[in-house]
Amino acid sequence: MELFINQILAGIATGAIYACMALAVVMIYQAIDHLNFAQGEMAMFSTFVSWQLMQWGVPYWGAFLITLVFSFLGGIAIERVLFKPLAKAPILTQVAGFIALYSIINSCAGLIWDFTIKQYPTPFGSSPFLGSQLISTHQAGMIGLTLLMLLGLFFFFRYTRMGLAMRAAASLPESARLVGINTSWMIALGWGMAAAIGSVAGMMIAPVVFLEPNMMLGVLIYGFAAAVLGGLTSPFGAVVGGFLVGIFENLVGTYIPGVGNELKLPIALALIITVLVIKPAGLFGRHIVKRV
Amino acid sequence: MSAAEDLATHAPAVEAVPKRAMTLSTGTTIAILAVLVVVPAFAKNFIIFQLTMLLIYGLAVLALNILTGGSGQFSLGQSAFYAIGAYTSAILMEHYDLNYALTLPVAGVICFAAGFLFGQPALRLSGVYLALATFALATAMPQLLKLGFFEPWTGGVQGLVVTKPDAPFGLPIGQDAWLYYFTLAITVAIYVFSINLLRSRSGRAFMAIRDNEIAASAMGIDVSLYKTLAFGVSAGITGVAGGLGAIAVQFVAPDSYTIQLAISLFLGMVVGGVGWLPGSFIGSAFIIFVPNMAEGISKGLSGAVFGVLLFLVIFLMPHGARQIAIVGQQLIDRIKKS
Repeated sequence: MELFINQILAGIATGAIYACMALAVVMIYQAIDHLNFAQGEMAMFSTFVSWQLMQWGVPYWGAFLITLVFSFLGGIAIERVLFKPLAKAPILTQVAGFIALYSIINSCAGLIWDFTIKQYPTPFGSSPFLGSQLISTHQAGMIGLTLLMLLGLFFFFRYTRMGLAMRAAASLPESARLVGINTSWMIALGWGMAAAIGSVAGMMIAPVVFLEPNMMLGVLIYGFAAAVLGGLTSPFGAVVGGFLVGIFENLVGTYIPGVGNELKLPIALALIITVLVIKPAGLFGRHIVKRV
Repeated sequence: MSAAEDLATHAPAVEAVPKRAMTLSTGTTIAILAVLVVVPAFAKNFIIFQLTMLLIYGLAVLALNILTGGSGQFSLGQSAFYAIGAYTSAILMEHYDLNYALTLPVAGVICFAAGFLFGQPALRLSGVYLALATFALATAMPQLLKLGFFEPWTGGVQGLVVTKPDAPFGLPIGQDAWLYYFTLAITVAIYVFSINLLRSRSGRAFMAIRDNEIAASAMGIDVSLYKTLAFGVSAGITGVAGGLGAIAVQFVAPDSYTIQLAISLFLGMVVGGVGWLPGSFIGSAFIIFVPNMAEGISKGLSGAVFGVLLFLVIFLMPHGARQIAIVGQQLIDRIKKS
């Protein structure tokens, strides 16, 4: 029993990483209606920027804030320059665009900062949290920050004019335009916010997985899986999905014999798909009613 | 109106391509085929090998095109079926001494069954959810192939080495050229089959499902049957391509069939034009030659160069190579009229 509880705690700790990423994924899904494959690389690049700032002597929270602003503006710039011209292109072409962006950012980061693994500091320290060996203060801080972001997003979307406008632009662009919402800029704003949330995820994850250009690959896959599991329309679902995926993964690794690190991912994905087959819109997602 | 409704005016994920716009005219097709037949006489062995690979990947892209462009289902799991096909061929050739040509139908049938079965649970999913499910299949496949349980057959991480076939009947051509013609013959056969399939009753059912699933089922189309059938046919063709790939490369290993292959095939489909079958081969040329080109331009930044080239292509032709073909066709028509 103790092993079981410990594994669940460990699962929650890794789940926080996925939850963070899933939140960013859902954010951009709300704004542009599809998954951005370059999201992880954008977060990785932001994390490298913050690392560089710290190398130049900027204190942690200063670098954190500068990176947040940089990512926000960077996200908007990418949308304006690269994806606005593609707005009318078929969806699959846009997905190809995401893959191109992924390739560009990954390669550039590799050239600027090379592929060696770098240590990344944590603002929360890494001593055991409340005497538990499994969750460190960093992981607890990460969970706290993720929940804080979730709360912030909830208030933003629920109670601000801007949040309302963004929701309107995403759900019914035509009608939103008729009531005077600049839908094109709402999409850009969605990119900016997603990039900023992604950068927070990156900076929180980096102390755990170490900083290098490919650090986000696995995390993004789990992030997608978590977002889809929770239901792509629900930020709350994404966070819950993230924790569930973390717990799944740990329990699978502990209780199913012969499962090495390599088989963890396929089994976790298989479980998620089983859930999806039973509940096709994810755990907390809304069913989209289709009409002919 | 609540936000949870998706209007029919909302653009579908895959464009509706009329079936006549899915192929080239007979004259053009024969001209291209003639060029493909003559080329090996003038090319070096390495070029012939690359052309063989172009045809093989072209087949795999074609298979994805039938699935996505034809029936509107999206898959990132094609590499898994490609791997199954490749391993089927390799195992039959190396462990059971079966003739290489005979392994291909077996690979096709096994993959058809695998695809058909996978299509069953996938029926309940669509869009990103289906993408994730197929993605899971693609990531699981290399790991499954490495499992100790299958090692006597698959050779585990090491993979299997396949012997290259000689030209039969004492034909005076090299191994590479023979393999090229062999691949070409199979490609032509599958291409003709695919075009006829899409023109048939089943093909029309695929397209009806792609354009509007609810309307299609209202018209009496068995949506689940045709959706799984599309998965099966697509997987079967991919399996044949995989088998050919194993024979051409002479080697199969789990790590040759990662998600990267599936993504490449997807890019090939987009570059060639979703739903335009001849474009599959243009797309396959893109995924074979452009990464090499990018490597040639800059070693350290090859990924970035590749990304920029890809962006250029989709900026200039958001609908893929089909756009050029349509413009060309219009020009020819105008000249004919005047």
